[in-house]
Amino acid sequence: MNLQSDDFELFGLPRQFAQERSAIDARWKELQREAHPDRFAAQGAAAQRVAMQWSVRINEAYQRLKDPMRRAAYLCELHGAPIRAEDNTAMPAQFLMQQMDWREALEEAASAAALDALDDEVASARSAALRQCQQLIDEQRDYAGASRQVRALMFIARFADDIERRRDQQGQ
Amino acid sequence: MALLQISEPGQSPDPHQRRIAVGIDLGTTHSLVAAVRNGVAECLPDGQGRVLLPSVVRYLDNGGRQIGYDAMAEQSQDARNTIASFKRFMGRGLADIAEAGKLPYDFVAPAADAAEGGMVRIATAGGEKSPVELSAEILATLRFRAEDTFNDDLYGAVITVPAYFDDAQRQATKDAARLAGINLLRLINEPTAAAIAYGLDNASEGVYAVYDLGGGTFDISILRLTQGVFEVISTGGDSALGGDDYDAALADWVVQQCNLELVTASDKSAMRVAARACKEALTATDLIAFKADISSARVDFPVKREDFEAITAALTARSMAAVRRALRDAQLSREDIRGVVMVGGSTRMPQIQRAVAEFFGTEPLTNLNPDEVVALGAAIQANQLAGNSTAGDMLLLDVIPLSLGIETMGGLVERIVARNETIPTAKAQDFTTYKDGQTALAIHVVQGERDLVADCRSLARFELRGIPPMAAGAARIRVTFTVDADGLLSVNAREQGSGVEARIDVKPSYGLSDDQIARMLQDGFATAAQDMRTRALVEARVDADRMLIATQSALDADGDVLADDERRKIDLLMQALRSLIDAGNAPDSPDAPDAAAIEVATEALAQGTEAFAAQRMNRGIQQALAGKNVQSL
Repeated sequence: MNLQSDDFELFGLPRQFAQERSAIDARWKELQREAHPDRFAAQGAAAQRVAMQWSVRINEAYQRLKDPMRRAAYLCELHGAPIRAEDNTAMPAQFLMQQMDWREALEEAASAAALDALDDEVASARSAALRQCQQLIDEQRDYAGASRQVRALMFIARFADDIERRRDQQGQ
Repeated sequence: MALLQISEPGQSPDPHQRRIAVGIDLGTTHSLVAAVRNGVAECLPDGQGRVLLPSVVRYLDNGGRQIGYDAMAEQSQDARNTIASFKRFMGRGLADIAEAGKLPYDFVAPAADAAEGGMVRIATAGGEKSPVELSAEILATLRFRAEDTFNDDLYGAVITVPAYFDDAQRQATKDAARLAGINLLRLINEPTAAAIAYGLDNASEGVYAVYDLGGGTFDISILRLTQGVFEVISTGGDSALGGDDYDAALADWVVQQCNLELVTASDKSAMRVAARACKEALTATDLIAFKADISSARVDFPVKREDFEAITAALTARSMAAVRRALRDAQLSREDIRGVVMVGGSTRMPQIQRAVAEFFGTEPLTNLNPDEVVALGAAIQANQLAGNSTAGDMLLLDVIPLSLGIETMGGLVERIVARNETIPTAKAQDFTTYKDGQTALAIHVVQGERDLVADCRSLARFELRGIPPMAAGAARIRVTFTVDADGLLSVNAREQGSGVEARIDVKPSYGLSDDQIARMLQDGFATAAQDMRTRALVEARVDADRMLIATQSALDADGDVLADDERRKIDLLMQALRSLIDAGNAPDSPDAPDAAAIEVATEALAQGTEAFAAQRMNRGIQQALAGKNVQSL
């Protein structure tokens, strides 16, 4: 166990996609109880610096583990199938069509109810993609396939942000 | 480390080593200091039994100054030199202060060479003052109050800031602590401090909202409480929305209704003071006369509570919009909230309590004094950070309130750290050079949620120098942005290929440079009566003692991880430092060490124990993991 250990080792969790969120949360708090700089506030600068490094590392792992999309991306990376979202934006035509439909619906959404309906649709697409991820990673060990699903999830997440932004605009 | 010393619950290992640690609520309208005494947090009163210290400073012609109630009493007579609500100017430029024209102060435009305009200053009878110096006056006053109460030196303080304070505002607060000669243990967020005071009182578990409307700032925080862990899930707010704005809205309305003209600084100040009195009276009554004497008239105008509520409805609505956004950020709905804690004097207004109760469908918790609750929570945290409380097993996990980003091509923001991420946190970003042989790089860091640099707050420009010269695009410069547990940003950079660490010059957009702070310290700030040299020596010795005690207790607990020669090196460093301190016990002798010598030896010990500290931390983490495995069997 050191600062270079991977997230799963650090959190003492099996290296798989399926995880209990409550177990991740509990583990995070347990680790921070040991490593947080506040535990060393009266112990000089050296302990403070090391505590800070550990605490940062634990938070970094927590951010990745608790978010299913980032967890999937991390597993793909660990298994040699990085996501490369910047230079790999090729998506199946059907997926792109759906994205265009959503964008159109968002343009036209005039009420909170319309945004809610769109939210529901996006949420169910997200769960479907996550189920796919679980199957591809934990059962079929198809990491290249899983990384395609992660790219789809990234599109979906970006669209969910746009819905939020629209909500903010309407709220004003 | 948590597992080291075991003593009677609630008792410090050695009562004589108990450290005086306080919590300070540095508020817009008033400030407080609190400490844990006999296991209970309480606010410390001044000589006349008052716990509130008005955050008002008056500078006199003769170089003197008045602070608190004395200054407040002169506010209308000497409006120009009597500065109030200066927390709103912390880390802000002149252009940021929307109401500058309505305030009775002489704001000074910062020097033309300041990067983004610099922090605003105010011309007074005592010279030009920055809000950092004004805040330091308040902090120093509270520090002396605590030292008088305990008849001992202050070990350190936790100072609270609004959760929605950005990096510049936090840094300004930290600088003020330094000017006041306070060892800052931690900056914590006001709503989090309030949650500590409530949580420990009521032994509550679950998700809570803290609605904190102070004199000048508004915060909303959503927290989860589980077994002594205070986890902030999301936070939001408006660092320029508070009771002052309700006063201003009321004063504006009366001016309009009565067709008044405010000519002098005193007029402006008198209207503000009258508006505040009128607002406060309206919490208990439905109708009150607004009374003020200004140069052109004697104002006596009846104000109904419903009028007041109508003219300030937009302000209340602004706060509720932030509440909704914080809930969305937390991905929770209002039904998930077990209770709402009200903090800040402005939550006494009936319309605020009504709006919050209606939104959450539950009566807000108000059983602790909303003026005191933040200082009390900070005191509990300070007591723990100072190592006095072995019984408490409390942990704060707070978040960064606003996203951090850097400027990229075309004035766009590239997000580095997202808002509501738990701190401390660090993010690395790789950069490369644009020209052959380029050895320097400039990075502009901004804070905010918008996509354009122009719409965000400029924090600082970091200039990286000393990059080894290479062909364009060949250097790989990894820049790490670290946000510490105080919510403060630092930056370091390393060229990956050569391993060369870049030198970094920081140009804060709205802050004070190290030089400016050093100058203020030299000007004898808050220490005018004391000999600087003696003071420096005392401080160096206190630091050295602190370091020795910490190292000894670490050795007692975990000395076994060290090899014999490692142990010997640390023992030698400790001996060297101890003998310097002992020599200092005869300060008149010619070979008595100066502060610098002690500081050098202290730093040598700190560096010499760094590897040991790392080993101890490793052991701690492994123990935590082992604990988990036993449980899950």
